[in-house]
Amino acid sequence: MSMGINWLKYSSPQTFYPLAGRLIPWFASVAVVLMGVGLYMGFFVAPTDFQQGEAYRIIFVHVPAAWMSMFLYVVMAVWAGIGMGLNARLSFMMAQAIAPTGAMFTFLALLTGAMWGKPTWGAWWVWDARLTSELILLFQYAGVMLLRTSIDDARRADRASAVFALVGVVNVPIIYFSVQWWNTLHQGASVSMATGSKMAATMLTAMLIMTVAFWLYSIAVILARVRCIMVERETLPVWEEKPAALQEAVEVR
Amino acid sequence: MQWGSASEFFAMGGYGLYVWTSFVATALCMVWEVLALWRRRAATRAEQRAALVGGTDETTA
Repeated sequence: MSMGINWLKYSSPQTFYPLAGRLIPWFASVAVVLMGVGLYMGFFVAPTDFQQGEAYRIIFVHVPAAWMSMFLYVVMAVWAGIGMGLNARLSFMMAQAIAPTGAMFTFLALLTGAMWGKPTWGAWWVWDARLTSELILLFQYAGVMLLRTSIDDARRADRASAVFALVGVVNVPIIYFSVQWWNTLHQGASVSMATGSKMAATMLTAMLIMTVAFWLYSIAVILARVRCIMVERETLPVWEEKPAALQEAVEVR
Repeated sequence: MQWGSASEFFAMGGYGLYVWTSFVATALCMVWEVLALWRRRAATRAEQRAALVGGTDETTA
């Protein structure tokens, strides 16, 4: 490559496995620090909302969770697509590792949304375009994961869940633009690239810090999960950074 | 800061149930995910060790 970095090197499992292992503590610790800062700002610096009172503070988990649910789905579909195109096992494993975290954030977006809907709309749930399409996203994650567990052959499971993930990516713009395309009960975007933010600066800052924290958290847990998957699927324990397990085993003998 | 006391903070202007359920549920999900991965990693380590020793016999490891 012109940049002098051999990117292909990082796509080999032997390099990727220890590299991921070294990166996890960094992503995790920055995520924890940012969550602390974001929560402090969200609860102690950001002012009370003049319309929604203190209920609006749910935004500091709701919006980051909802963004992550959509973002992770797209990233999962991209890895699935790369896996299909290049027949790269590691790409399929990345897609496999993303699904549970994406599903968790989708569940949290729906749950925190219900917690916000009840006091502001008077209903935990409405069959509104935004809510319904987000619920469908949860089913899509479930589908991707169930398809994998229902097919014994790992290669076939990779392909089947990749096709499912790729087809379903069409729902992500539907979720995102649902508040514009349909007359929904769900409020419009608080932050827009076209119009900027409609929120107080400290509210916006707290929300963005929480989003970055959730993003780094996701990277940490996904890297941890993909390492597990690599060991589980390859059965060849050759990727350990130092052969610590080997040394330990030999010492006992 | 807009909180006069700790009880005022926990009350969240009457929305305490909704606000705290949201934050606690999110925290529990994340903690659960991390713990589940921790256990999964321990299991894969045990598997690796067993494979390196050349058997799945627990007594050798």
